[in-house]
Amino acid sequence: MIYLKSDEEIELLRISNQIVAKTLAEIAKIVAPGVTTEDLNKLADTFIRDNGGVPGFLGYHNYPKSICTSVNDEVVHGIPSSKIVLQEGDVVSVDCGVFKNGFHGDSAYTFCVGDVKPEILDLLRTTKESLYKGIDEAQEGKRLGDVGFAIQNHCEQRGYSVVREMIGHGVGRNLHESPEVPNYGRRGNGVMLKSGMTIAIEPMINLGKRQLSFDKDGWTTRTIDRKISAHFEHSIAIRKGKADILSSFEFIEQVLGNKAI
Amino acid sequence: MAKQAAIEQDGTIIEALSNAMFRVELENGHVITAHISGKMRMHYIKILPGDRVKVEMSPYDLSKGRISFRYK
Repeated sequence: MIYLKSDEEIELLRISNQIVAKTLAEIAKIVAPGVTTEDLNKLADTFIRDNGGVPGFLGYHNYPKSICTSVNDEVVHGIPSSKIVLQEGDVVSVDCGVFKNGFHGDSAYTFCVGDVKPEILDLLRTTKESLYKGIDEAQEGKRLGDVGFAIQNHCEQRGYSVVREMIGHGVGRNLHESPEVPNYGRRGNGVMLKSGMTIAIEPMINLGKRQLSFDKDGWTTRTIDRKISAHFEHSIAIRKGKADILSSFEFIEQVLGNKAI
Repeated sequence: MAKQAAIEQDGTIIEALSNAMFRVELENGHVITAHISGKMRMHYIKILPGDRVKVEMSPYDLSKGRISFRYK
């Protein structure tokens, strides 16, 4: 059942999502070679609690940490660990969620550690562009297939592949709500978008093949050919017929300056 | 956090319907209607209520599925 939110509820969602955006900006400040992913987790946990929120991922289906950090070939749901040290040339996708005032915020950004190869930079750029292409399609009266098609078309034209096993989702009082928001699809298919719907669009794009393998920890997913994967995510609301982006990359890009993708 | 898509799931047959359709209860408790794949019909694989099966699904329509395997 798709729950339509009122304007007040959308504003509460925006508050949660803005904390997520600021947390990601704090993480952007310390991402560097030699930092462990557990350091990022600790920082995020403290920052979220200082801002009056609760980490949305902690305990979700028994997830052990407050953020997901997926390094290089890890697609999503990488568990932060003090054994994983970031190296020069790595990319790390940080997915963060905040629960405040009864609503969940959810957003993700892929950071470069030091200088990365141009082909990886191009993958990150394409993934981010595709996210905004998808958001442009998210208008009242269009369907989720249009959103998926825009993302899939943009990425596959450049030779990248779209992950099928992991998809975006509705967001609100629960972290995962209906509808399901795949990053692939056909025009004119799927659920019709209405004002008041809040969804998280998250393209996960691979440099090589689209297939995934699951690690034994039950969470981490990797690309089957161990090539790099990128992941960007925004939470949006359909409001007055158009998409209203609730989360924000502005704070992150202020920190990264001209190094932003 | 990305959601895991319901692309392939296991379930149990609860009722045989006409036209090689079945009502299947998935592991997460949802009940869907599913038809047998053509490959399984070609090999005359029979399915009875109570069998455990693998069901393929599309995220666009969560009420229908395609039975792709019958467990022993």
